[in-house]
Amino acid sequence: MDHGPGSTGSRLDPWLDSYAQRARSMTASEIRALFAVASRPEVVSLAGGMPFVSALPLHTVADAVHRLIAERGATALQYGSGQGDVGLREQIAAEVMPTVGVQPHPDDVVVTVGSQQALDLVTRLFCDPGDVVIAEAPSYVGALSVFAAYQVDVVHVHMDDEGLDPVALEEALSRLAAQGRRAKLLYTIPSFHNPAGVSQGPARRSAVLAVAERHGLLVLEDDPYGLLGFDGVVPRALRADSADGVVYLGTFSKTFAPGVRVGWAVAPHGVREKLVLAAEAAVLCPPAFSQLAVSTYLAEEPWWEQVKTFRELYRERRDALLESMAALLPEGTSWTVPGGGFYSWVTLPSELDAAAMLPRAVTARVAYVPGTAFYSGAARADGRRSMRLSYCYPEPDRIREGVRRLAAVIEQELDLLSTFGSAHGPLADAAVDVPTPDSA
Amino acid sequence: MTIVVLAGGLSHERDVSLRSGRRVLDALRGAGTETRLLDVDSALLSRLEADRPSVVVPLLHGASGEDGALRDVLELLGLPYLGSRPSACRTAFDKPSAKAVVAAAGLATPASVALPHSTFRELGASAVLDAIVGSLGLPLMVKPARGGSSLGAVVVRSAGDLPAAMVGSFSYGDTALVEQYVAGTEVAVAVLERDGRAEALPAVEIVPDSGFYDYTARYVAGATEFFAPARLSADVAERCAQAALDAHRALGLRDLSRTDLIVDPAGLPWFLEVNVAPGMTETSLFPQAVAAAGLDLGELLAELAAAATTRGADPRTEGVAG
Repeated sequence: MDHGPGSTGSRLDPWLDSYAQRARSMTASEIRALFAVASRPEVVSLAGGMPFVSALPLHTVADAVHRLIAERGATALQYGSGQGDVGLREQIAAEVMPTVGVQPHPDDVVVTVGSQQALDLVTRLFCDPGDVVIAEAPSYVGALSVFAAYQVDVVHVHMDDEGLDPVALEEALSRLAAQGRRAKLLYTIPSFHNPAGVSQGPARRSAVLAVAERHGLLVLEDDPYGLLGFDGVVPRALRADSADGVVYLGTFSKTFAPGVRVGWAVAPHGVREKLVLAAEAAVLCPPAFSQLAVSTYLAEEPWWEQVKTFRELYRERRDALLESMAALLPEGTSWTVPGGGFYSWVTLPSELDAAAMLPRAVTARVAYVPGTAFYSGAARADGRRSMRLSYCYPEPDRIREGVRRLAAVIEQELDLLSTFGSAHGPLADAAVDVPTPDSA
Repeated sequence: MTIVVLAGGLSHERDVSLRSGRRVLDALRGAGTETRLLDVDSALLSRLEADRPSVVVPLLHGASGEDGALRDVLELLGLPYLGSRPSACRTAFDKPSAKAVVAAAGLATPASVALPHSTFRELGASAVLDAIVGSLGLPLMVKPARGGSSLGAVVVRSAGDLPAAMVGSFSYGDTALVEQYVAGTEVAVAVLERDGRAEALPAVEIVPDSGFYDYTARYVAGATEFFAPARLSADVAERCAQAALDAHRALGLRDLSRTDLIVDPAGLPWFLEVNVAPGMTETSLFPQAVAAAGLDLGELLAELAAAATTRGADPRTEGVAG
């Protein structure tokens, strides 16, 4: 090989010059690499968002699936409607959506491959590169990945104990207007927020909708955890009070199982038409087999009782987390108290850096998702002091053990802080850390 | 010959190790060997006992893989393995120890100090940091004394950035190495032992876009430009090869190693570190050196593994058969 002056070397990827601009930001980082360790059984992972599917009546589900293939195999294994199986859409419209106060027509429902896909498609429909999307501070890492893929500019808006702050939202929108910019979407998770754990009360929801309406801002309401409130009350969806201004995203991932990959969108008419076309272009049709499995489950099993079972299970785990945090975490640590869902947002004492601390945590055999993962672009620094702890998967005793290990790690970090006057590592200038599916 | 590749483990470089393992598995199978891949966990020893391989190829990066602990266990089991022996690994993996050994053998290596976190706590960080800057000057390279893949490593150009750099390094390990930063061309030289002779493969030159060969630059394809062979004059290339061979010998390494050097503007190679379980991922340096030498990675590793088999298990106690 001749390497005279002016010759170029190798970059090991022959397609480097061919990637689209949007793919250039898709890099994995050392933070993501640490999660390879987190999945090992020796590590107490408080990082994952995996529902506890072992609590499902798996034998019953197995029977139902067996019968599905035996009796309706030719349909279950064939291409289906691009909008989703009509029977399932009827069930979503008649049985599931009313729990959040919405009575849609089945034709308003578009079934997608998980609500993640619905999120992707809605962004695809509305956002050109450089467009603005408003998101909460912090926001769901899976949504940030979608926005990054479409080269969207994310503007994070402050949340308090009751979720999105409508005053801060109004300010952000006014600021944008003054810059001659207009946000295309407001992405919000009003119930049992991932990662923050907080929920918008009824008055807060009205206030948020009022601001959105005043500015002609379409609301993208993501509601994976609405049915998992520990007091048994299902919060009323934003869409229930603004059918034309809200696209609602629902999913069976946490109320049934994530592995089937069945979610849906309920959208205003015009949006829904385009959504179906976009969905067909993406996947032709959502999986018939998975949809019919879910449909059979809804029809034959007491799925609402199962939701209650999940609630109890997650409540016990939440309590184990909250109790052990109160007992063990060093003074100065604070956290949100979730009324449902899977997560608590923990903020470290002083100027500790949760991302810089993660390697030490992994050495101590405990894992979490650092707060920086839940912010986009320059706002990533805002997440440094925080971390998301999930309690959905490990048994309560494991959760307590995890908090014990985490407390020791925080003590060590405080020690470093007092030694060096700083506990910040350098903030890597990376794009959004692409999540692994089980830690999104 | 049956081969077991060990990859994964619980270090911070688990992800890199898994990728190395998969690539080596494919390469060895492509060379026609019977090879399987095992992770390092509590089931490993019973798996190895139940189905004893002819030879083990340990590809764990980071502690336990590169510090010799795992190889100690393989020796206890009487299993032949590819690579350096435990005590050599221990010295090589600890950068300050490795630097001392190679310096005694005549290699240039940047002036440095290695200090545990406790020293800063006991004596006061600012006093110690002032002493470091006073003695070594700026810029400095800060990295964990024991670690890999540039995790926790950072270049410090102003004294004000030093505390954060120390904290970053201490996240990965309790002792930090602070070295004078030597500017120059970054090269890696792979060394092989075949037929009883150590040979250096063509040097690989590393030019990361960001200017620093950090984790992203190492493992994201496209982030770094590589020249294999490196763009060095024949003279300088020879010096680099000799430096790597000297390091390999001085540290008592075996079978294969990769030495990382900086060649300064005067053409002098400065020793940074040596790896006894070099990365074998799609973007790693060792496989590029192998390709530059016109060799096939799978065939080469199969050959080295076969040689390790005939050499037998390393003697740990009296009476262990070879």
